[in-house]
Amino acid sequence: MPKVKVPRKSTSVDMTAMTDVAFLLLTFFMLATKFKPDEPVIVDTPSSVSQILLPESDVILLTIDKDGRVFFGVDGQQTKEQLIQRMGERYKVTFTPAQIKEFSLLSTFGTPIAQLPALLDMKSEERLKAVQPGIPTDSLNNELADWIWQTRLLNKDVRVAVKGDGQLAYPKVKQVIATLQDKKVNRFNFITNMEKGE
Amino acid sequence: MAEIAADGGGGKHKGGKKRGKKMSTRVDFTPMVDLGFLLITFFMLTTSMNKPKTMEINMPDKNVKTEEEKTKVKASQAVTLLLTQDDKVVYYFINPKTGEPETPEITNYSKGGIRATLLRENKARNPYVDSIAIYKEQLNIGNINEATYRANANRIKGYEDGLIVVIKATDKSNYKNMIDILDEMLICNIGRYAIVDITPIELEMLKTVNLE
Repeated sequence: MPKVKVPRKSTSVDMTAMTDVAFLLLTFFMLATKFKPDEPVIVDTPSSVSQILLPESDVILLTIDKDGRVFFGVDGQQTKEQLIQRMGERYKVTFTPAQIKEFSLLSTFGTPIAQLPALLDMKSEERLKAVQPGIPTDSLNNELADWIWQTRLLNKDVRVAVKGDGQLAYPKVKQVIATLQDKKVNRFNFITNMEKGE
Repeated sequence: MAEIAADGGGGKHKGGKKRGKKMSTRVDFTPMVDLGFLLITFFMLTTSMNKPKTMEINMPDKNVKTEEEKTKVKASQAVTLLLTQDDKVVYYFINPKTGEPETPEITNYSKGGIRATLLRENKARNPYVDSIAIYKEQLNIGNINEATYRANANRIKGYEDGLIVVIKATDKSNYKNMIDILDEMLICNIGRYAIVDITPIELEMLKTVNLE
């Protein structure tokens, strides 16, 4: 029986199309991406059916972890630069220009203002590991109220969003809400997850 | 391989100038593709696509304290929810005849728990509440627009004689309980609710049902 000759075909495949798709996807992800900010605490937010989206900018983010530590964050570098200077004047804490610069890049923090210079001097990796005690919110020493008040003086369109852990005990929530109400923030947002379908 | 055809016009010059050996212009694209996919993977992992959802809440102004400025609530339309420990909710109504609180009932945050009660009571007081679902359906079909839907839903939710929920959380409850109950307000289409501090009388009442 004569051998059947199979014509030898080249094994190289045209990869142009694949490259095109790859780079298209790459471009998409590069444009759509928004880096996750470094968060000093992990917060597991409760879920809700609410569909309202959080505004992109002008948001004060109050993160409260399950132990009741309050973290403060606001967007806008210039706002933050002015904010820390005003708070420094108020609490008689001086910040070096380097610390102010560092603060303007910080997404969120949770220390009393007296400890803030030390926190700002750390490198970002050290800061992630450092245990931050949270911003004082009790009635004798309510620094949180001042942070919110000063931010609102700088940017009057700012909204307050509270991101709390589901296991957080209610007294702390009450304290934070009372602080907000004292500063005439009567309309605010609670950040929630999407409800998993029932 | 991806390749660029190297088809110079070789045949045109016959016996003219001497030319260097023709180099192939084919480029190996594999490393570029590798790099491309590496970057895609990186961006896919670091990106956070879904933006967080929020729920809005309005609190009353703290400085309004005079009696006439406070919203008057008819006893018959109010229900008080006490959020207590172990994910339990205690609710009670005010008897409209005597003005005394009725026996508190214990329930939970499940579908058949507080939601059933709220839906039933709200429907009993607000006859229009079911039309919100109809408006919602019309919105989904596309017969009405978002603004019309919202205007109608708000009008129905703000119905004068509808259920008013007073939410009081004890120190034993947690943040999740509060979000859950606010969520129920959304689900049950209750437009009028308030978060209020708990009173000593209600703490006593909780003790009668073995909770604190």
